[in-house]
Amino acid sequence: MLDNIQKKILEEVADLHKVPEGAYNIRANSQMAGRNTTANIDITTKEDKSGIDIRVKDGTKNESVHIPVVISESGIKEVVHNDFYIGDDCDIVIVAGCGIHNCGNQDSQHDGIHRFFIGKNSRVVYVEKHYGEGDGSGKRILNPVTEVYQEAGSYVEMEMVQIKGVDSTYRTTKAELKEGASLIVRERLMTHGEQSATSVYDVYLNGKKASTDVISRSVAKDFSEQIFEANIVGNTECHGHAECDAIIMDKAHVVAVPKLDANDVDAALIHEAAIGKIAGEQLIKLMSLGLTEQEAEEQIVNGFLR
Amino acid sequence: MLELKNINYTVTEESGEKKAIIDGLNLQVEDGKFIVITGPNGGGKSTLAKVIMGVNKVTAGNIILDGEDITEASITDRAKKGISFAFQQPVHFKGIKVIDLLRLAAGREITTDEACEYLSKVGLCAREYIEREVNGSLSGGELKRIEIATVLARGTKISIFDEPEAGIDLWSFQNLIKVFENIRENINGTVLIISHQERILNIADEIVVIQDGKVKTRGPKDEILPTLLGTSSAVPVACGKLS
Repeated sequence: MLDNIQKKILEEVADLHKVPEGAYNIRANSQMAGRNTTANIDITTKEDKSGIDIRVKDGTKNESVHIPVVISESGIKEVVHNDFYIGDDCDIVIVAGCGIHNCGNQDSQHDGIHRFFIGKNSRVVYVEKHYGEGDGSGKRILNPVTEVYQEAGSYVEMEMVQIKGVDSTYRTTKAELKEGASLIVRERLMTHGEQSATSVYDVYLNGKKASTDVISRSVAKDFSEQIFEANIVGNTECHGHAECDAIIMDKAHVVAVPKLDANDVDAALIHEAAIGKIAGEQLIKLMSLGLTEQEAEEQIVNGFLR
Repeated sequence: MLELKNINYTVTEESGEKKAIIDGLNLQVEDGKFIVITGPNGGGKSTLAKVIMGVNKVTAGNIILDGEDITEASITDRAKKGISFAFQQPVHFKGIKVIDLLRLAAGREITTDEACEYLSKVGLCAREYIEREVNGSLSGGELKRIEIATVLARGTKISIFDEPEAGIDLWSFQNLIKVFENIRENINGTVLIISHQERILNIADEIVVIQDGKVKTRGPKDEILPTLLGTSSAVPVACGKLS
């Protein structure tokens, strides 16, 4: 059974108010706290290391898998390997996420290593939320590694969200796309205090007409630091776009490093990066509607990260 | 009543020279009036509008709203005291939707139906718009109308519109006139519009002509408008700018 703190964290990372429908695996303080499989989606515990295998049968449509992780004890450090084997012609939603409640003085760390093998013409929406809370001096650390291997004609949409609360993140995402495959990444990040967050994306467009769109929107407050690196490699006729849009506030530090690598004359690769403070005219407009400067700032940031 | 007493707004130019954009301006605006402020470009009209909203802080002078001196009040405070402002160039936002802006303007949770009503009043087919982001994906005319809708949603005792016709194509302009005719009929408060357009001047109770940072003339529309239209006085104003 989950306690109240764990339930609250679960709500934050997975928008879950109760046990989800469909397949799920809930991990709490390094233990399995619940699991459900369906006729089409199987979840098994790995035998050689910590983690699970998720297997989705060919043709599975309109089903979801939830695999939230909750850590509420101080001092837990874990590396978890989760592998997703998605069959051909599927259409599914995967909701992952990790929430850490750390009231103690020891660091809590969860490094989730997720590998996705996406079958032909399958469509996968993957949502990953990070959340941290607790007033202990122990740090909340998350270092996710994501690898995506997409077969021909597949479509993957990844939504990565981390709004406050996580002290240190080093996110690496690598993707390899075959013919006609498409990968959309939307990252939303807010750091504050002394937090640091690094995101590195390496996308290889190996098949004809493969395409990717990697979009990051972030807000860096206080003394926090963010580093965003997007590397897109076009090895054939393909289309790649990377965009980093950051609002910098206070004494924060933001680095955007876009890199495009074209190995084919028909590789069309674009990057855009913009870092700047909140526009004064936006504040003025909202203040003229009766908001205080602080309220205006909150609205602008919330909208930006929506 | 809004009173502007001996308002000065001075800027320092790159050369270090000081220039008075508004130069000892006095104006009284009685409640419930529909007033159009006009005059040559560079005469200080938009600056005056921003001075009233508090976007530009006066160099000297006093702004009195219903007997209270609000010269030092912030934009937020003036907004709360009942002044609204439609910007000449509507601001773009990333991620803030039309309905969000209308909710913020109304200062409460409004229903979709209420939001649609405000948008209909500015001639927008509401359902198509409320979930749109207030950004460059909307045309200049659409953004302008949304800007006006935020002022309507506030429903304050003083509403200021800074050149609502600026940046709008002729077709949209025809519709915009209807919007202001509608506001003219329905609003319960003072309306100040900065405009060059004859058709907007034509629905005014009063016209105020501002030139060289001062009120040049002021009076009922029937009195002032003929002096501005194609008459001898329009020419000297235009030629005055050239010299």
